[in-house]
Amino acid sequence: MRKSAWRIGAAIALISAGITGCGASPAGTAGDAASVAGGADTIKVGLLHSLSGTMAISEVTVRDAEMLAVEEINAAGGVLGKKLVPVVEDGASDWPTFAEKATKLIARDRVATVFGGWTSASRKAMLPVFEKRKALLWYPVQYEGLESSPNIFYTGATTNQQIVPALDYLKEQGKKSVFLVGSDYVFPRTANKIIKAYAAANGMKVLGEEYTPLGHTEYGTLVNKVVQARPDAVFNTLNGDSNVAFFKQLKSAGVTAKDMPVMSVSVAEEEVKGIGVDNIAGHLVAWNYYQTTKNAANDKFVAAFKARYGADRVTSDPMEAGYNAVYLWAEAVKKAGSTDVEAVKKAAGGIALDRPEGQVTIDGDNQHMFKTARIGEVEPDGQIKEVWNSGKPIKPDPYLRTYSWAGGLV
Amino acid sequence: MTATTPQTPATPATAPRFAAPPPAPPWWARLGGPAAFTAVALLALVAAPLLLEPFRLNLLAKYLCYAIVGLGIGLAWGQGGMLVIGQGVFFGLGGYAMGMYLKLHEAGGDLPDFMVWSGVERLPALWAPFASPAFSLVFAVAGPMALAGLLGTLVFRRRVRGAYFAILTQALAAATVILLVGRQGLTGGTNGLTNFFELFGQDLAADGTQRGLYLVVAVVLGVLYLGARQLLRSRFGRLLIAVRDGEDRVRFLGYDPATVKTLTFAVSAGMAGLAGALFVPVVGIISPALLGVVPSLELVVAVAVGGRFSLAGAILGAVVMGQARTTFSEQFADGWLYLQGALFIVVMTLAPRGLAGLAGTAREMWSSRRARA
Repeated sequence: MRKSAWRIGAAIALISAGITGCGASPAGTAGDAASVAGGADTIKVGLLHSLSGTMAISEVTVRDAEMLAVEEINAAGGVLGKKLVPVVEDGASDWPTFAEKATKLIARDRVATVFGGWTSASRKAMLPVFEKRKALLWYPVQYEGLESSPNIFYTGATTNQQIVPALDYLKEQGKKSVFLVGSDYVFPRTANKIIKAYAAANGMKVLGEEYTPLGHTEYGTLVNKVVQARPDAVFNTLNGDSNVAFFKQLKSAGVTAKDMPVMSVSVAEEEVKGIGVDNIAGHLVAWNYYQTTKNAANDKFVAAFKARYGADRVTSDPMEAGYNAVYLWAEAVKKAGSTDVEAVKKAAGGIALDRPEGQVTIDGDNQHMFKTARIGEVEPDGQIKEVWNSGKPIKPDPYLRTYSWAGGLV
Repeated sequence: MTATTPQTPATPATAPRFAAPPPAPPWWARLGGPAAFTAVALLALVAAPLLLEPFRLNLLAKYLCYAIVGLGIGLAWGQGGMLVIGQGVFFGLGGYAMGMYLKLHEAGGDLPDFMVWSGVERLPALWAPFASPAFSLVFAVAGPMALAGLLGTLVFRRRVRGAYFAILTQALAAATVILLVGRQGLTGGTNGLTNFFELFGQDLAADGTQRGLYLVVAVVLGVLYLGARQLLRSRFGRLLIAVRDGEDRVRFLGYDPATVKTLTFAVSAGMAGLAGALFVPVVGIISPALLGVVPSLELVVAVAVGGRFSLAGAILGAVVMGQARTTFSEQFADGWLYLQGALFIVVMTLAPRGLAGLAGTAREMWSSRRARA
């Protein structure tokens, strides 16, 4: 009897603690909202990435880079004399949660802008929230293009800054046939549509096109198909863990980077660590930034990142794009003299900054960036060596309107 | 989950209560239930829309959608003894039916946006009927009921039960997700269906529309709750509980347990489907991530926390776990999952019959203390 009395007491205490917790949170946030409305000397910004679930391993690194940028800007005096206060939320690798948390950041925290997302699905889920509430999102990852929301700035590459240059490079290297391997979702399917149109116009042969579900790890059959088709190169749009299995099984089938290079567009420094350098050394990747990119801004970024998070950490393209996003937004706010969304959007066009990847300019028309395309080769030490670049930043063209061969795509 | 199930048939304290009609309680105890229901209804229909800001009200509407699924789980699992860990499938069927209607309405005669970028050139025949809102709404309920009815007929006739039935429902959820992701041109793939702006001519982003939707969800939940209670009080309800506590005995008495179970399973699937259809305009997205194994299990956990032997407990659990998820993740973005897990463990250890079971335990303790005095 005494035991059950104890149980009931504890349970009642627990529930009431929960209820007061729930009751307290609206009151607390009302206070927060008042401090914003009161025009205090801070500006809130939202950081919305998956901190749990399958995407956490990738997205946490972007959050870290964005946090570093916020801290650096604050150390240099903030924006418009006000300190930035980051509000971090977890998208939980779940697209509806991204929409919910975006609404929370905009409606309750009244953040000036949000930096967030990784997967196309999370961006698609957040897009209506930002458009309806006339708020601003900075999206830091390369993606499949065919989108240009007035409420989103895209700081990663669109297709003509990553996939098209990668194809140009393969063509330049005399590769006459490719095999397409991808995860089954929007980005690989759209990318392969573009690749097939390019190949048809440039006398390249597509010898096969295979998709596997996200998280798939059995590539024996697929590797056999690739080996039998004997393409000059493989174009790889696999995402996440699948790359580990794919490269391992490709290696055990005796395929080397010399006779059949794999061009990957979703494998960066962070992923190379996971795949194992032995399995991927010598293969090709396409991005706009590598940790080894040489310029003063990058030396500073890499040093600051390692000092803040540890010497064993690496920097990658999406991290750099997230880091840039915070600086680009801050620059636009300074130019506009306000954090008002319309004013910031108006001021953003034409802003050019020297970033770790080189010069980045905001295209005011489609809110994408001018970015330099870089093809790299994975080195035996896990770093990526640049073997080709576009020489100058490429104008973003998310709908590929300036490419005659892409006419039938949109 | 399974750790708490053995007490169902074994606990003599609960079994006789259901087996024999309870003695008529005094008048004040009989009024207690309706009074509590009225108080909660007033709180939900009057106080909440007045006091909560639009964002919180919208979240509450979402929890109430989950509560409708929870009610169905409470019926099938708590009362019928069928552990359903794949309700996401039925929720998703309802959600996709609604999503397809909204998407077609949005496109206004053109192809929905994701079909264009997936290379689909003509509207698939499967989509055509969903241009009608009436068909979509009817399908959202009838589709899941038909599927559950078919599955139930196949499975319960062969006397598959217990863990095997549970695993089957879960496999169905996993398979559905793979199918949805794989058929991108038809279903929107991993992205799911999103970007809806209008429902029956109302702007979905407007606070007024969302308040209206909340009221609709709350009223639907209330009506379903009363309906489920009535069902349990009927002959059919007694039979359902008898099937849970001794399926073979019921069969020997000349009833057909398979029919009872199939019907109950279908009703709980219909509830999940309706909840899915309401969820889509409230939250603005339906995607495979919402109907896989994990979200289906989360709902079962919520019902366990609330108390699976009580219909009100199932609703309470869905709301409490939904609110806890929001509160924890807003306060501790980095480690909230641990807190959510801890909440489940603590409730299950201290109150194995869930939050609703606490009231029962307190009553028993009170009466035994009086008996001693």
